[in-house]
Amino acid sequence: MKLTVNGTPIEVDAAPDMPLLWALRDLAGLTGTKYGCGIGQCGACTVHLAGQPVRSCSVPVAAVGDNAVTTIEGLSKDGSHVVQRAWVDADVVQCGYCQSGQIMSAAALLARTPNPTDAEIDAAMQGNLCRCGCYPRIREAIHRAAALKGGR
Amino acid sequence: MLPSRRDVLAASGAGLVLGFLGPASRLVLAAKAPPTPQPNAFLRIGSDDTVTVLLSHSEMGQGVWTAMAMLIAEELECDWSKVRVEHGQPGGELGGQFMMTGGSSSITGEFDRYRTVGATARAMLVQQAAKTWKVEASSCRVERGVITSGEHRATFGELAAGAMASKAPTKVTLKPRKDWTLLGTNVKRLDSPQKVTGTARFGLDVKLDGLRVAVLARPNAFGATLGSFDATEALKVPGVEKVVAVRNGVGVVATSTWAALKGREALKVTWKPPADGGVDSDALLASFKKTATTTGAVAKSVGHVDQALAKATQRAVFEYAVPYVAHAPMEPLNCTARIENGHCDLWTGSQAQTWDVKAAAKVLGLTPDQVTLHTEFLGGSFGRRANPKSDHVVEAVELAKATGQPVKAMWTREDDLTQGWYRPAFVHRLEIGTDAKGLPVAWKHVAVGQSVTDGTDFAEKGPDSSAVEGVVDSAYVAKLPALHVSVHSPRTPVPVMWLRSVGNTHTAFAMESAIDELAHAAKTDPLAYRLAMLEGSKRHQSLLQFVADKAGWSTPLPKGHGRGLALHESFGTIAAEVAEVSVEGDALRVHRVVCAIDCGTAVNPTGIEAQVQSSIAYALGLTLQQAITIKQGVAQQQNFHQYQPLRLTQMPKVEVHVRESEAAMGGIGEPSTAPLAPAVANAVFAATGKRLRELPLSLA
Repeated sequence: MKLTVNGTPIEVDAAPDMPLLWALRDLAGLTGTKYGCGIGQCGACTVHLAGQPVRSCSVPVAAVGDNAVTTIEGLSKDGSHVVQRAWVDADVVQCGYCQSGQIMSAAALLARTPNPTDAEIDAAMQGNLCRCGCYPRIREAIHRAAALKGGR
Repeated sequence: MLPSRRDVLAASGAGLVLGFLGPASRLVLAAKAPPTPQPNAFLRIGSDDTVTVLLSHSEMGQGVWTAMAMLIAEELECDWSKVRVEHGQPGGELGGQFMMTGGSSSITGEFDRYRTVGATARAMLVQQAAKTWKVEASSCRVERGVITSGEHRATFGELAAGAMASKAPTKVTLKPRKDWTLLGTNVKRLDSPQKVTGTARFGLDVKLDGLRVAVLARPNAFGATLGSFDATEALKVPGVEKVVAVRNGVGVVATSTWAALKGREALKVTWKPPADGGVDSDALLASFKKTATTTGAVAKSVGHVDQALAKATQRAVFEYAVPYVAHAPMEPLNCTARIENGHCDLWTGSQAQTWDVKAAAKVLGLTPDQVTLHTEFLGGSFGRRANPKSDHVVEAVELAKATGQPVKAMWTREDDLTQGWYRPAFVHRLEIGTDAKGLPVAWKHVAVGQSVTDGTDFAEKGPDSSAVEGVVDSAYVAKLPALHVSVHSPRTPVPVMWLRSVGNTHTAFAMESAIDELAHAAKTDPLAYRLAMLEGSKRHQSLLQFVADKAGWSTPLPKGHGRGLALHESFGTIAAEVAEVSVEGDALRVHRVVCAIDCGTAVNPTGIEAQVQSSIAYALGLTLQQAITIKQGVAQQQNFHQYQPLRLTQMPKVEVHVRESEAAMGGIGEPSTAPLAPAVANAVFAATGKRLRELPLSLA
């Protein structure tokens, strides 16, 4: 099966019903995308499909088609994406396991809403669980990323 | 009076030892600093000037990756931007006889040892410079990884090879606090760059040549055992290679996770049901409530409680209950095992390396030194990865042994929530007698719940003291003329263990709810009432008054809103919290939590703030909505739609005030967890007049 992941066409030997999550992790070797629940409840597996945030645990690899897949590894080469920089500045991470998904959701939010309100952050981020409770700093980092992006 | 950490250190043997600091600080591990720790066991200085710090404790979100490195760097005076960190190995001078992360003890336990390592390495570098340049060591200045003397200048990297091979000095002097430049300042996490780019390696991310993935079909009820299984259909799933029965269930071993999951679905297993029809958690709690009317194993007795109760002006009985709850770390349990040439390598996020190594060695008939454990980042743990039976490790080893291949055994979220090792359900019954002013004069307290230490290295001869930590040593009852605390530890087929803040998760709820009820019964302001109970405990009184002031305790709130107060001491730290809630119909919302903690000395204040926010978020999920219920032996919550952790939309505004004091340094990872539930319950009472005595809180 052919996929385009982080701008690179790849071929994976996957059953059509294999979730994109496992194709990325087990077959493409991209382990930045995480498994947390397998039923779209936690957001740890969030990637961008044609620019939209999706739960890769709930997308069969056969449904991906020609749509570009972007994972945390493809967000930037070196952690320089504005959201990643804001995350480091705001000292967000704790255990870190959910953060790939958090960052992918936040990056998608900022792509469509450059300066989100708290309510817009709530709506975009409520599907991403963090058991360490990084929520206050996630909120702060998204505002910070918006400011960085706007050159403020 | 609890022995101080220093007393315990003095009384302990060499190496890393288990220090029982009394019930308030159960599971605390104390490192006895040998007089001259060999820096080589703890750090490496590269010729490129990098300083790699090796950790004796695991990074599971709590920030030791940064804070433990700070301890060394403060004394070493290296360039902080050149510091790298790795997990160390169990055993040896670093890992000692017992490597574990728990009891909020990493920084308190290693404070002296890690600083001494830094100071010793610095002295060795200075000695090397002085020898090379033929100058007095006292003429050398050290700043940010560079040593200078007169015209001479060298970096640590240039001196390291010679210096680190030289003899360590027998005595070094640690900096007085006034000279600290790093400790006590806000230092950003060193693990952020890896964790924001997806490159941080967790146990589940381990890659090896020929690695197979396994999931297990696990017993479908507590007390159920394997009858038979038919692997025919499972083996037809492309990628499934082997199906093997092991202790924890039937393992499906495959070339990919998805194949293993589909294989497990196709596997036919017959379980023998539990003999007695299976545990029912409601019935269990009802039986605990009955048991609580009888006296258990005595944990503490002062005066004559029955006589004092008889003489009291008023008597009241209060009963509180908490359910089973699962830790549910974001990264499900997993372990990778490879057995080659009589040696076993393990890769896992471990909170108890020594147990995990021993358990693996036992399965294989090896000695612990034939097992190497590579500690990966822990995707959360909250106690779960310090399992006394190393459950997730043993199954990986059994499967690697049975298949002759390296195997990563993974738990699904459903496995995680339904297979137990929960924080046990508990009932507390308090009978309290008060005087004419409404203040307690007699306190009879019975706790009923499974023991988390039963059958572990922490087992005690007497009652499980963790069941009543935060009661027997509470400042609120320290001066009571009559106090009687006892414990019943019934056994059930549901495996239980410690969860973030251990017994304090339920004792604080009982203590601070009861105190609030007493205050209202005495028609006294809950703050004033607590201050009266804490007469003579200046440190507690001062923190309570401080948090109340910060929260605006006596300022008016809108209708339907209320504030609740709670203070609890655990792991050597006092945490006081004010929760502000609103209630509309059955809907309870927590808007704001103000938390003040007195932890003695603060090593990394921004890290402490993060841990307080974390503790409050973790506890708020348990307070509002998380419980594991069991019917006919089957856990009813399968995944996060039924066991809902707190979401961002529910996160209150959290204001953290770190107050340092002259007291001995306390722990940080757990203490602000415990007061949250009673602070919220007390706020609900203030808002509605409704007293909620069970967790999770329900207004329905």
